[in-house]
Parts: sequence; structure tokens; C-alpha cells
Amino acid sequence: MITRSVGPNRRRNDIIWNAAAWLILLFLALPAFWIIMTAFRPNVEINTFPPVWIPRRLTLEAYANMFGLNPEVQQRVAVEAYLRNSLLAAGTSTIVAVSLGTLAGYAFARFRFRFHTTLFLGIMLSRSVPGVALSLPLFLLFNRAGLTNNVFGLAFVYVAVNIPFTAWLMDGFFRQIPQELTESAYIDGCGHWSAFWRIELPLSLPGLATAAIFAFLAAWNEFQIVSVLARNNAAKTFPPGLFAFTEQFTVDWRGMAAMSVIMMVPAVIFVILVQRNLVSGLTFGAVKG
Amino acid sequence: MLAKSKSTSENDAAKQADLFNRIDAGPFPFLLILPSVLVILLVVAFPLIYSLYVSFTPYELLRPNSLNFQLAKALRNYQKLLNDDIFWRSLWNTIVFLAVSVNLSYVISLALSQLLARVTVGQSLLRTLLMVPMMFAPILVGMQFRWFFNANVGLVNNFLISLGLIQVQGQIAWLVDVPLGMITIILASVWMNIPVLTIILLAGTLSLPTETFEAAEVDGASGWQKFRFITFPLLAPFSYIALTIMSLDIARAFDIVRIMTDGGPARRTEMLWTYITRLAIEDTKFGLGSAMSWITVFLSVLFTLYFFRQLVKARIVR
Repeated sequence: MITRSVGPNRRRNDIIWNAAAWLILLFLALPAFWIIMTAFRPNVEINTFPPVWIPRRLTLEAYANMFGLNPEVQQRVAVEAYLRNSLLAAGTSTIVAVSLGTLAGYAFARFRFRFHTTLFLGIMLSRSVPGVALSLPLFLLFNRAGLTNNVFGLAFVYVAVNIPFTAWLMDGFFRQIPQELTESAYIDGCGHWSAFWRIELPLSLPGLATAAIFAFLAAWNEFQIVSVLARNNAAKTFPPGLFAFTEQFTVDWRGMAAMSVIMMVPAVIFVILVQRNLVSGLTFGAVKG
Repeated sequence: MLAKSKSTSENDAAKQADLFNRIDAGPFPFLLILPSVLVILLVVAFPLIYSLYVSFTPYELLRPNSLNFQLAKALRNYQKLLNDDIFWRSLWNTIVFLAVSVNLSYVISLALSQLLARVTVGQSLLRTLLMVPMMFAPILVGMQFRWFFNANVGLVNNFLISLGLIQVQGQIAWLVDVPLGMITIILASVWMNIPVLTIILLAGTLSLPTETFEAAEVDGASGWQKFRFITFPLLAPFSYIALTIMSLDIARAFDIVRIMTDGGPARRTEMLWTYITRLAIEDTKFGLGSAMSWITVFLSVLFTLYFFRQLVKARIVR
């Protein structure tokens, strides 16, 4: 903890610190408010000059247009396809990556073995390979295997992308469970596997949820690999969808904002659900072990 | 035992360092790690090796016969890159971008974490507010900054006009001018980086022992001295965790550049990642693109390795 200054200045300082923090963070969050607001405004308010800062009227027009409910506007964005592909790719890859990454994280947290650090580092380094660099050979190989434009081919790639960070987070969470618990499980006759499965895994469920949401978001937001591997709407997810939209309708800012809001929904849920756990999972790597 | 061959004193030291006193379980941990390693070998390692092979060939997608390896011509792609001004420019841009973006993100987050540690009103609401940029995919960050900094309809110019700071005719071409294009991209990436860095540094700050600060106060240390000589050094492991995590995802800046300027105009903001896309995807020169990919892989791995090594050195012993 930080100790605060004592004496007559203390109250004044407190007010200044609080006010400064609130002002700065509101400023940081401003872009998000602006995007959300834009998605629900009538178009005439967005592209006028002088700008209208405070909306006079809210409307769902942008979404009616996007989902083809407005007979005057031809549907032009395959939002349904993007939504389906995004959910499939992110969903399947999360389930597999979290299952495998949790096993690896448990091994790193609990056991002593040869090449402990080397293996951990190797797995982490695989994550630092830029998506652009990985997408080129994947495209060539997937082309040969007939896996381009395939959601599950994409999901398979996301499994590999998400394992390292899951292992890192789960390593942190498992290390917070006291070792004595495992040892007493052994004394009670548990094997290594049943100690993990029956004692430690249930205790790490909050951590598991955090890792899962993290993996889901990483796949949900991924752009570089999918934009090379998915050339049509059979596998295109939201990020390349949004990119295509901005290329095609360069000035339809409201349409982009509306798409952005849909893309943000899982992330908003994430922020509300896992705030606290996330911090402890991330920072436990600071402790030696 | 892992350290059977080591001398006894080394053995004791190793044991003491291993404060978690991990369990020896024979091949069991390897079985747990095996599936993860297999997937990574298949999806990351093997394709990368394949890409190294492709980088030694003059492969172009539209000329299938060009995927043939000739020892005499193996390094031709790399030679081409070394003689390519645009390559050097994009390498330089990438280095400038990373250096400024990483340092600026870190300094701002450090300051912000010290500020947030002193907040007494609405702590948890403030932390939720802090996480708002985390809700944005990189591609969204790029889209919104492209819009905000648009010369004609952008928020920033409109705001400056409303304040009377610039004229309607004198709108600033944020994404076009040198060095404004680069600065705008860096701003976008800093905005994206701030939450995770700040959260980790804040958690670190709040976990520091109170006694040290009290002792320093008794000795009459000023606020700056307390930060410089106590908080900052003690935060080292948290700083390196934050930087390691950030370095893992450093190439996602590509998404921002791609949607904001796509390297333009006139390659003023071209970076290695966007140049790869141009060479390999748009011009279908996979051999050349793969050679450049390997340079970015090398850079990224080096970056992560450096921060991870620092982290291992700085770790807290409990």
C-alpha cells in the first residue's frame, strides 16, 4: 500500500488525486461511449457540420439495415454468417485450448521435471510468432489439405494460438492452491490424476473461467490469420467482415459503429465477469517458482 | 531426481529456489504437456519450418513450378530484401513504432497505476472504466481511430474547430502528414495497451509492503524519492510480467495499421507486417514474403525472450 501524506494538506491532496483519476479514465473510455452512441443515432446527426455532440433522437435503424429488416435498403453485410463463424471458431477453439492448456499449466505448476523452464519458454515463444508470418505457410498447407475457407480448420489454428496463454494463466492459478492439499490427497490414496481431477481442478474453476474467456476473446478478435485463411463467407469472422465493410462503405460510420457494438458484446460480458480473477492470474507469475 | 548429477550444495540451492517444492512424478507431467506440444508443433513449428523452406525458393503463388529449391539461389530473397529501400524503411518504421509505443505505454500506465493506487472514491467502478479499451478488438481500435482522426468528419478536427483552434479550411490531415500518421497510429496502440499494463502495475503497487514506506517517511523521504527508490524497483517483476505479456501480442499492431493507413500514403507508415501482406498476399510473392516473415518472427521471439529473461531475474522470492 501507498501511505498517504499526513496533516492539513491530506484532504486537499485526496480530492485532487480522485478528481484527476476520474477525469483521466473518463477521457480514456470516451471513444467507447462515442462508438456506442453513434450506432443508435440517426444518420443526419452523424455526417453534419457543425457536429451535433449530444444526440437528439435514438434509433435502431442501423441494425434494421444490417439485418435486412429495412425494405428500402438491400442487405449488404453477411452479419449472420460472420456471427455464426465467429461463434463456431471461437467456441470450439476455446473448449479444446482450455482443456489442453489447463493440463499443461497444471504440470508446470505442480511437478518437477527435466526441461521445465525450456518447455514453458518454448510454449510461450510459440505465441509470440506474428499472425502475419504464420498465416503464409498455413495458407499454403491448408490449401493443399483443402482446409481453407473452413471454420474448423481455423478453429484448429486458434487452439494452438490460445494454448500458451491458457497454460500461463492456469500455472498462476494452480500455484495459488496450497501444495499441502495435493500432498494430503496422495496420503489418502489418490493417484496423480485423481488428485488433479477430483481435488485441484474443482478448486481452480474460477481461474478456468477466466482463461476460457480470455481464449474466446483472442479468437473472437483475431484478424491476421483469418483474413488469409478465409476468402469467402463460409469461414469469414467478424474482424475481416468489419474490415471488408470499411473498404466497401468508407463513409458509413454508423454502420461500422453498429457492427463494432455487436463485436464488443462478449468483451463487455468478460469485463464484468472476470475482473478480479484476471488480476490474480496475471500477476502470480511475479512470484518465483 | 532432476539434479542427481549436481554437487550437494548446488542441489540444496536448487531446492531452496524451488520454493513451491514441486512434486517429482516421473513421466506424468510429460503426459499432461504432450497434447499441447503436439498441437503447437503441428500448427506453429511445422508451418514455420515450411515457411523457412519457402523463403529459400522464388515461389510465387500463380507460378506453381517456382516452388523449387536451388542451393545456388537459396539466399536470393534475403539478398533482394537487403537491397530493397522499402524493406529498410518498413523495418525502420517498425522499430520506431515499437520503441515509442512500448515505452510510452509503459510510462503512462506506470503513472496511471500510481494515481489509481491513491484513489479513495469508487475504486471498483474506476477499474471497470479502465478496462474499457480491452473491450476493443485491435481492428476496432484501428477503425475508431481512423474515424476520429479523419480530416473531414473526424471527432478530433471537429472538436478543434469547435474550440476555435483551427479553421474549417485548415483541417489537419492526421493520417496523411509526416509524422502525424505515425503519431496517430502510436496513439491508437498506446490506448489499446494501457489497460493490461495498468492493471498489472496497480496490483503490484497495492501488494507492496507498507512498512518500507513508513520507514522511508520517518527518514523524511519525499513522494518522488519514495517512488524512485522504493516503488519503482519493487515493481520490477510486475513491470516485466506486463511487458512480457504485451510483447506476446506486439504484432497485433498490424491490425491497427492495416485499417488506419495500410502503410500509406506513399509508404510513410509501412511496417514489416503490412509489407509482408503486400508482397505475399497482394503480389503473391510467397518466397519473398516468407523471407520477411522470418525476420519478423526473429524480432518478436527476441523481444519476448528478453522480457522473459528479465522477469525470471526479477521474480519475488516468497
